[in-house]
Amino acid sequence: MDVFFWTYVWPALIMVGQSLLLLVCLLVFIAFILLADRKVWANVQLRRGPNVVGPFGLFQSFADLLKFVLKEPIIPSGADKTVFLLAPLVSVTLALATWAVIPVNDGWAVANINVGVLYIFAISSLEVYGVIMAGWASNSKYPFLGALRSAAQMVSYEVSIGIVIVTVLLCVGSLNLTDIVYAQKTGLGTMLGMPNSFLDWHWFSLFPMFVIFFISGLAETNRPPFDLPEAESELVAGYMVEYSSAPYMMLMLSEYAAIMLICSLTTILFLGGWLPPVDFWLINWVPGIVWFLLKVVMVFFGFAMAKAIVPRYRYDQLMRLGWKVFLPLSLGMLVIVAFVLKLTGWAG
Amino acid sequence: MGLQALFFYLFAFVAVASAFMVISARNPVHSVLFLIVVFFNAAGLFLLTGAEFIAMILLVVYIGAVAVLFLFVVMMLDVDFAELKAGVLQYAPVGMLVGLVVAAELILVVGSSVLSPEAANSITMPIPNPAERSNTAALGDVLYTHYVYYFQIAGLVLLVAMIGAIVLTLRHRQNIKRQDISRQVARTPETAVEVVKVKSGQGL
Repeated sequence: MDVFFWTYVWPALIMVGQSLLLLVCLLVFIAFILLADRKVWANVQLRRGPNVVGPFGLFQSFADLLKFVLKEPIIPSGADKTVFLLAPLVSVTLALATWAVIPVNDGWAVANINVGVLYIFAISSLEVYGVIMAGWASNSKYPFLGALRSAAQMVSYEVSIGIVIVTVLLCVGSLNLTDIVYAQKTGLGTMLGMPNSFLDWHWFSLFPMFVIFFISGLAETNRPPFDLPEAESELVAGYMVEYSSAPYMMLMLSEYAAIMLICSLTTILFLGGWLPPVDFWLINWVPGIVWFLLKVVMVFFGFAMAKAIVPRYRYDQLMRLGWKVFLPLSLGMLVIVAFVLKLTGWAG
Repeated sequence: MGLQALFFYLFAFVAVASAFMVISARNPVHSVLFLIVVFFNAAGLFLLTGAEFIAMILLVVYIGAVAVLFLFVVMMLDVDFAELKAGVLQYAPVGMLVGLVVAAELILVVGSSVLSPEAANSITMPIPNPAERSNTAALGDVLYTHYVYYFQIAGLVLLVAMIGAIVLTLRHRQNIKRQDISRQVARTPETAVEVVKVKSGQGL
């Protein structure tokens, strides 16, 4: 019994504890990120944004949470009840499950698995099911149209995201997320004779891919200017139209969890994860998680600004950008990077 | 070992049960959703055997792409499945035959590895020790180093199939408005705007 406890139960308990800690931190973080999103948007448009609940409106998201939980969930009579309620659950579970492999600091990952990147890619390719199921189960026209748009969009941009990730993996030689961050300790900057700095990270050596990844990330998470699935001026709120109270909150939460995931993936793949920007004792002394969070927030600020200042794409323009611009560009870049790595012998 | 067995039976049971639901569900969309559960559990089984790369690829390719396509088609089609199901007995013999063939092949493969476990080492590309070479790298060795020409030929065949499908279905319609981004970007005020002086009360 004792052996059983120490080999199975105890590690499981530790893992549950770690996961709970990560989830609680993540959800609180998302609550403030939601507020930041609205504040940035408001400031660009010379409005105040939420400013009533708490100082500077800081507790707005928690007030929203209470409102969502206390309201009555309404299920349309024509809806497929099981799938209708399953869809938000699937979305939120998948969106949170990807966080298991994200290393927020050196060694701070719930599961440090060898195929970390593939795991994230696999789980986030499943997220489209939450959308399709929600849209179909609502048994209504707007949600269905929104779901179809969203599914086509997510599948299209996954292709270029995949190729960008492959390019980064070529430079690293490992699918492990922690190894990807380690590989950015030295890079183009040190090759040019500079000390370890932010120039070593992949954003500098793979700059075009960084841009493609950022824009594809916007499209993949249905953020403006690619928010056609829920284009509120035409489809009201896309696949979420029929949802109310807690199920709606779950869909919303999974959307923001996916956005945070893309932000932290950008941080890990291109911005050096938890690595400090310059090699200086005072800066090295700051714990890695602070750098990680700062970078994530910085990428998210880019997302929020894109939402505030870029007008929405038309659907055919969106598809053209994905298939006719990003796919050839990223494929060409992949070939170039592979050739350079092979010819110079940097691939190892 | 006990935990692994537990998970094996969990995945296997859910996979078989949902496979049964795929063919017995009344709503075709539910069938596809159950099919996705089957794929998911198959990925879990692959993970248990240590084939992590194949498990993830199964998720990406089959669930992330192929099943989405299925779901699309099934949602869009307005087929009366009760009518289709009426002829199920008619196709039962063919289905049984296919099932028998697959079962026989499975027995042959599994049986040979049970009877002579050392047979796996005598194949041309023996499986490397997972502790030394991760299975992602091992698969890469086989596909991109030892059998790269066959891999390329397979890729070419697929490319030809893709181009064929595009050529067969592409219809370029004339006389409709199209957006040409490069032409739009190349426009200057000189080519786009004309400044005219209009006398009041006359118009152009």
